[in-house]
Amino acid sequence: MANLSKQEWTALENKAYELRKMCMQTTMWAGSGHIGGGLSVMDLLTVLYYKYLNIKVDEPQWEDRDRFILSKGHAAIAYAPVLCDKGFNDPEMLKTFNLSGSKMGMHLDSNKIVGVDASTGSLGHGVSIAAGTALAARLQNKDYLTYVVTGDGELGEGSNWEGFMTINHYELSNCIVFIDRNHCMIDGPTEEVMKLEPVADKMRAFGFNTICVDGNNIGELCDAIDVAIARSKEKCAPTCILMDTLKGAGIKSVAGDYHCHYMALDDDTFTKYSKELEEDYRNRLARVEKEGK
Amino acid sequence: MAGGFVYNAIDQTEVATAEIYGKAITDIMLKDPKVVAITADLAKSTKLGDVLKVCPERVINVGIAEQDMFGVGAGMARAGMIPFISGFSAFTSMRACDQLHTDICYQNVNAKIIATHAGTSFGQAGSTHHAIVDLAITRAMPNLTVIVPADGIETANAVNAAYANNGPYYIRINRGFDRVLYDTQDYGFEVGKAVEIHPGTDITVIACGSCVFQAKQAAEFLENADGLKVRVLNMHTIKPIDEEAILKAVMDTRRIITVEDHSVIGGLGSAVSEVMAKSGKGCAFKMLGHQGFAPIGLHEDIMSAVGIDANGIISAVREVMKADFEEDDNWDDDV
Repeated sequence: MANLSKQEWTALENKAYELRKMCMQTTMWAGSGHIGGGLSVMDLLTVLYYKYLNIKVDEPQWEDRDRFILSKGHAAIAYAPVLCDKGFNDPEMLKTFNLSGSKMGMHLDSNKIVGVDASTGSLGHGVSIAAGTALAARLQNKDYLTYVVTGDGELGEGSNWEGFMTINHYELSNCIVFIDRNHCMIDGPTEEVMKLEPVADKMRAFGFNTICVDGNNIGELCDAIDVAIARSKEKCAPTCILMDTLKGAGIKSVAGDYHCHYMALDDDTFTKYSKELEEDYRNRLARVEKEGK
Repeated sequence: MAGGFVYNAIDQTEVATAEIYGKAITDIMLKDPKVVAITADLAKSTKLGDVLKVCPERVINVGIAEQDMFGVGAGMARAGMIPFISGFSAFTSMRACDQLHTDICYQNVNAKIIATHAGTSFGQAGSTHHAIVDLAITRAMPNLTVIVPADGIETANAVNAAYANNGPYYIRINRGFDRVLYDTQDYGFEVGKAVEIHPGTDITVIACGSCVFQAKQAAEFLENADGLKVRVLNMHTIKPIDEEAILKAVMDTRRIITVEDHSVIGGLGSAVSEVMAKSGKGCAFKMLGHQGFAPIGLHEDIMSAVGIDANGIISAVREVMKADFEEDDNWDDDV
């Protein structure tokens, strides 16, 4: 049983479903895209942008805003629809995603796309940048929080672990780290390409208060974020939320399959996947009834 | 002069170049609470001792982790602070190259990189700690201004200029003491503008960093010994390069030698030759610098062995002065 009310949870599920459809539509317009890792992290993007982040759409550079850093920058195909839906950017831009001459490329440029706190794409950069924004908050006596999400395959980049050490050393509990553990990378399952387990133990060994959740369960995600935010009020060990997710979450026929890392959609697959998304949405609403308050 | 802090010749005969950086950054940090100093276990080596005494909370040491250092700096800059990121130039340019490229330059953040122990000034530490390709790397990075000060006073000027101007800067300074070139900060330092150290009409030596003093010595010697008028330009800013000064040297002297404590590929010599090639103007030209990995030794011994000291410059000048291309050349026909 999650702490989230059924009403709020349902609203978030509605939004997540809407955003998943926008992600699919953007992929159609673009011709192809990083659907797999986009859909695995979509529930986190939804709860952060529609429940937690303290941001102002009409003042995107507000200096006291919460920061969000998508270290797994290739999930832009999921992030761009969120930033357009929130009103930071014109949704018409999604029709140009990944096209020649567009401001909205495969990896979002923080100097071109409104609302993006860091230009990511090269993996293993976001954690250190997040450590920097969190340190700046401490030095400037600001209360804003920094949220950063890395992929799991991305953790092969040693720079992440440098960043984790800094977050731990400076007790940056105002920096909340998420790991999108979808178990897949381009060449195959993570454990076959490069063993990553035990991830939770590794994060604990690096000093993080580590909470393991189903990252595609909005109720569980919110419960964990509530704990992390409560801990952020004082300088202490930082929190890592290790999200067990499915690559391509929401589309039954590809979910969990590493081949969906980057996909092209045609009319037939789009129709098929749309139906599967709808079916997943209904199942999620049933879960809300069962697990919501 | 930006910044308003004054250093004199006495300062730089008493303290190493990096210590002048330490004093300059301390002055700036005392004035501006938005400035932070970030280092990777080199607070002492990069002379942040004074800052540690006056505002220790704004010295961020990330341990031996240069990639993290740049990411943290980019994040702090994005959050409105002005980071001065200092480390050995070998590692600021190479170990954290991707972070410099993407986090700092692509995002065009207001971060300043102080790359110490530049060129072969780490001497006996050898090629693992020499930085002879950093200018090639940083010069190619969009948005990045690249400065190689010639001595301590110029370092103070460069640091103050970097602070006064928005955007990423890469300032490359030597380990230890530099030979004193300037006795005052008021010699007209301006980012992107070469400074004439010695007048001349026969040949121009364009130098940067530790090689500027050597070029000045060579010019003074050649004037007395050979009666040659050697123009010496201190090209402290490698990017944006002073095209006007280079083209003027081409037209006035038609013989140019570049000298740098860096590979002959991609650094000052390359920058100068690009300007000359674009102009379509012919010129006798020689590049002095590292042809390969440097030997181990004291900095001055390495400079001597590689031929980028005064003796090496004198030999090169005499060689280039023998080029007699002018007789069969028609400047009126130039493209």
